[in-house]
Amino acid sequence: MSRMASYLTSTIGRKQTMGIAGLGLSVFVLTHMLGNLLIFKGPQAYNEYAHALVSNPAIYIAEAGLLGIFVLHAINAIGLKIRNAGARTRSYAQTVNGEKAVSFASKTMIHTGMVILIFTILHLITFKFGTLYTATYGDAEIRDLHRLVIEVFQSPIYVAWYILSLIALGVHLSHGVASAFKTLGFNHPRYNCGIETFSLIYGWIIALGFISQPVYVFFIHQ
Amino acid sequence: MGSGKGKNLKLTLKVWRQESAADSGKFESYDLDNVSTDMSFLEMMDVLNEKLVLEAKDPIEFDHDCREGICGMCSMVINGNAHGPERATTTCQLHMRRFKDGDTITIEPFRAKAFPVVKDLVVDRGAFDRVVQAGGYISINTGNAQDANNIPISKVDADEAFNAATCIGCGACVAACPNASASLFTAAKISQFALLPQGQPERVERALNMVGQMDKEGFGGCTNIGACSRACPKEISLENIARMNSEYLCSTVKTKS
Ligand code: SF4
Ligand code: FES
Repeated sequence: MSRMASYLTSTIGRKQTMGIAGLGLSVFVLTHMLGNLLIFKGPQAYNEYAHALVSNPAIYIAEAGLLGIFVLHAINAIGLKIRNAGARTRSYAQTVNGEKAVSFASKTMIHTGMVILIFTILHLITFKFGTLYTATYGDAEIRDLHRLVIEVFQSPIYVAWYILSLIALGVHLSHGVASAFKTLGFNHPRYNCGIETFSLIYGWIIALGFISQPVYVFFIHQ
Repeated sequence: MGSGKGKNLKLTLKVWRQESAADSGKFESYDLDNVSTDMSFLEMMDVLNEKLVLEAKDPIEFDHDCREGICGMCSMVINGNAHGPERATTTCQLHMRRFKDGDTITIEPFRAKAFPVVKDLVVDRGAFDRVVQAGGYISINTGNAQDANNIPISKVDADEAFNAATCIGCGACVAACPNASASLFTAAKISQFALLPQGQPERVERALNMVGQMDKEGFGGCTNIGACSRACPKEISLENIARMNSEYLCSTVKTKS
């Protein structure tokens, strides 16, 4: 096997690919979350920001790239999970506990990841490919995404599902960001604790930032 | 530590019994009285086995050798934890004072596809030997010994290499890992050489070959859960796995073909 092929099929190579893709997605969710916060500024700012994004010619390249790393991340994750599950064919009567217990986030990455996968697909259907309202600002007629968001977040079921999914994202990132650094070989006793703390805070800032939108719409904005 | 008061426990032991690799295996329960809290876990197993022999039953097979925490031969998953509930401790160094009167203790073999059960609690850890054979050595032309301190090694590197080299190859990391990954073991073996001058000539092939063999044996991949390091009797740290990851990546970049 060529050097590249054996790297890409090794457990470490697949993890590193997954980790790099994961870090890319982590940066993306940050920018997405910050964009969402414009809802607090008002419909015009929100819609104009969304319009600026989709009317930029680079959007197709960006979207294709994003889809690419998302698929790469998910495929490697699922592939590794299948391999890892096959490495122990009979499970224990009891799992690690007490002084040797492990964190909830670390052992549920595949579950939180699956929730995020399903969420993302539904999310694209609901918003990106959802009802096309328009709004006119000055002489420009652009998509009124704000109206759709307000409409969707009237449903308590949708709000609950959204919040749960975003909690899953927070848990996923709180382990995932630090894990990606370790997988890529970044390691220094002086910084390891810092990276883990950063990962935890990053995950929860992202989750809470996203959650603030439906909470605001459902309870305050109406 | 030791109570010295000769406190005795009455225990129920749920032990995994399996005739051979082909057998599907099952738990059997045994009651054991008068277990001194000063006994080691393996002495308790010896007492149970003597009782089984007297009852003309098949004694429980388990691995052990030095019984002083240095050989890496003992194993067992005790109540869900490889080497039992105590950190930085092998099963042979675990004492019955960690348990309470009336406890039920579940005893299982190390479970991994790459560690097939031989009998009862004995598993074949030969996969580790093959990982070491793939590159866990240095080739030296013999001759006169180097002058001491001819090649200075920083204290930090020396300490880290030494820590990695304390791995006794017991396999608890594999047993504890939810992915049955051998990353901690392989990383310890790669690290102890990667940090020292003696390890440099074969550094690139070592990382590639040992990781390749580790994957070939059917161990899972690391997801940085950390169960390995918590189970490890020598407290080998996860930092070694990060080092292995970068060794592997750099070695891939450095090799031709
Ligand atoms: S790393 Fe620790 S748990 Fe794994 S084989 Fe070495 S000593 Fe045992
Ligand atoms: S028997 Fe040697 S380490 Fe336990």
